[in-house]
Amino acid sequence: MSKNLRWKVLAILGVTALSIFSFYPPDQKVRLGLDLKGGVHLVMRVQTDDALRVETQTTADRLSEQLKTANIPIGGMAVAGPTAFSVAGVPVEQDAAFRAALTEVEVNYDRASGAGGYTFTLKPNIVVQLREDTVNQALQTIERRVNELGVAEPIIARHSAADQILVQLPGVTDVNRAKEIIRSTALLELKQVDQGPFPDDAAARQAYAGNLPPDLQILPGTIEGAPGQAASTGYYAVRRVAAVTGRDLRTARPTLDENNRPAVSFSLNNEGARKFGMFTQANIGKQLAIVMDSRVVSAPQIQSRIDDEGRITGTFTNQEAQDLSLVLRSGALPASLTYLEERTVGPSLGADSVRAGVTAAVGGLLMVTLFMLFYYKLAGFNALISITINLVMLLGLMAYVGATVTLPGIAGFILTIGMGVDSNVLIFERIKEELASAKGVKQAVAAGFDRVLLTILDTHVASLISAAFLFQFGTGPIRGFAMTLTIGLLSNVFTAYFVSRTLFELTLSRHSKVAKLSI
Amino acid sequence: MAIFDNANYDFIKWRWHAIALSTLIVLAGVGYTATSGIPLGIDFSGGTIVVVKFEQATSVDQVRAALAAGMPGENVIQSYGDEANHEILIRVSQVTVEEGAALEQNARAIVDSITKASLGKFEVRSQEIVGPVIGADLQRKGIYATLASIFGITIYIGLRFRFAFALGAIAATLHDVLVTLAFLFFFGYDLSLNVVAAILAITGYSVNDTIVIFDRVRENLKTKRRDSLDAVVNASVNQTLSRTIITAGTTFLAVLSLFLFGGEVLEGFAFTMLVGIISGTYSTIFIAAAIATILGGKQAAGRQGSRKA
Repeated sequence: MSKNLRWKVLAILGVTALSIFSFYPPDQKVRLGLDLKGGVHLVMRVQTDDALRVETQTTADRLSEQLKTANIPIGGMAVAGPTAFSVAGVPVEQDAAFRAALTEVEVNYDRASGAGGYTFTLKPNIVVQLREDTVNQALQTIERRVNELGVAEPIIARHSAADQILVQLPGVTDVNRAKEIIRSTALLELKQVDQGPFPDDAAARQAYAGNLPPDLQILPGTIEGAPGQAASTGYYAVRRVAAVTGRDLRTARPTLDENNRPAVSFSLNNEGARKFGMFTQANIGKQLAIVMDSRVVSAPQIQSRIDDEGRITGTFTNQEAQDLSLVLRSGALPASLTYLEERTVGPSLGADSVRAGVTAAVGGLLMVTLFMLFYYKLAGFNALISITINLVMLLGLMAYVGATVTLPGIAGFILTIGMGVDSNVLIFERIKEELASAKGVKQAVAAGFDRVLLTILDTHVASLISAAFLFQFGTGPIRGFAMTLTIGLLSNVFTAYFVSRTLFELTLSRHSKVAKLSI
Repeated sequence: MAIFDNANYDFIKWRWHAIALSTLIVLAGVGYTATSGIPLGIDFSGGTIVVVKFEQATSVDQVRAALAAGMPGENVIQSYGDEANHEILIRVSQVTVEEGAALEQNARAIVDSITKASLGKFEVRSQEIVGPVIGADLQRKGIYATLASIFGITIYIGLRFRFAFALGAIAATLHDVLVTLAFLFFFGYDLSLNVVAAILAITGYSVNDTIVIFDRVRENLKTKRRDSLDAVVNASVNQTLSRTIITAGTTFLAVLSLFLFGGEVLEGFAFTMLVGIISGTYSTIFIAAAIATILGGKQAAGRQGSRKA
């Protein structure tokens, strides 16, 4: 064996060993896609309009407050949509004072004057910025929730459109629970109850003679029935402004109430504790509404000053108490979510798919093996070694770059077998032709490889182009296919040309005078 | 051992017949879609698919009866995979709203209806819900990816070979995409994400074969400058014929294994690849070279054989 050849063989053995090292043991190092492992793939839209509406409502409320302290009477104020509100009936003589009050509002809003009033519209660049922030915030919140759920290797990322988020949860079996946890807005507010509960919305308004003060709102809530009776819905008139919100939470955890029923206890951070302490001190004897996502969960009486600890009781199951503390800990979503796409693969189907895919790949390799040995005899054996090394390298590289093996990806393995055969056949047929034109065996082999190299490069580049566009398209499984195909193509150039050639040279070097080639 | 010893078939003679045959198949496909529309899977049309595995043998009619009460409308209910597995696929078309929980209503209704009908124990094997927004998005991406892929390959071949060859290759590739689609529709397969992935893979595969022949043409043009382009192309097709057939054959065998053993999920994918491989081989021999000769002029000599190499 020449020195040159020895280095080549060592290089091939080294690459093979590295590849095996990289993916062994496969059940730990090879990442399986959702379609093989089972799990759920969700695409959802963040309703960013929600966040804009909150921003506009808050700004309008603040301006209203400001005008009140500055003693500027106005005819009315209305929020016209997520990005606009209008003020009507500004007295002419107060116009200058009104405008002076606008400095803060006009940082984010454009003012336009209309008939007897003004309209304020959120500036377009602020709208873009707010939407972007909202989606990022939602993404982080979902990430925290999924982490708390304890899912291994989840994917949480922005999706194709600006307001879409992709969530993949491998191995999750209770899909509905996962979806509820991700979707719940989980906005906790502690508000003072003015009156209530009333049996319905109309009755609540009636209590104010049909003229609800602007700083109050009516919220539905759950009224616990007497022992043995079902809970019913009641309506509370509560203060619009919350004393404390979920932002002031330090943590929340499931607990039991005095009747040994599941409940959630929470503690507040310093700022929250200060606010809550002052609030409870001032309102002893009144009712406190614990509001989750605009629904009163319970309305206990304030017995004494409370600083940083509180408890949410209600009709929870153990699971619900756990899930509620989870979403409270991870913070509220800045906007609601709607699901656009959901794909669930049951674990049994995933396992079946792995079995089917592996059977198909082994079957394919077997058929190709039989053909190659039958048709090309010993040279066919060379091809098989190079194809096998190609598959080993493919698996190794996939594991190394952390690419995901999906079911279409297994099809990619099978196509890689096909490509490996293709390149080898191309070379062998060329060698046969060169042999036919009465060259020596060594020269024929060398010429065969040399002439075919350019063709192999051309075909592989063309296939890589289609694989690249495949990658742009479609979801996880298809990307897995594109990834497999791309890596398979790259490693095939190495195995079909370098490995195959070295194998031929190795055979030829053993016998200094070869008159006939088994091909 | 060799399949074709010194093959010398006159492929160029048959080029117009081949073009006519392909046109016929493509037109039949177009006619099919004109009358019954393109059969889109839920990936593109939006909708819900639930695959349910029953413990006991359950007929499609039993499931249809179970769903009739709670889920009126045109639902596709069919046996899925091997009969022995007791698996039934239920497809409900388009959900119109995306608000809140509406998207999953159909899936829940299906499971509830089956539970109520007491058809014995069952397990939901998979559930796919695609909203109209995503469907439209995937449709756009699928068309874009296929066209861009063909365009990219054409540019590459245009750079590496002369322009008439690039046109031959693009014609062959387009031919394969259209013929494959036609056969998919004839055999009742829906256009799904996997099928489009297979079609994209076919564009790469089909052009592989074409490049091998064109490379040989380029090589032969250097030595046989006197011959007509027709003759050179025909000789090149013949010289590479063994390779073309053997490669197609082995790849076909490998994909056949996928079709037979790869499971229900990949059946459409494997079928697409099988048709694509046959069509790709046929188009390489008959269409790509034919178009190149028709557009490339008569004489091999007097033209730039290639810009490179």
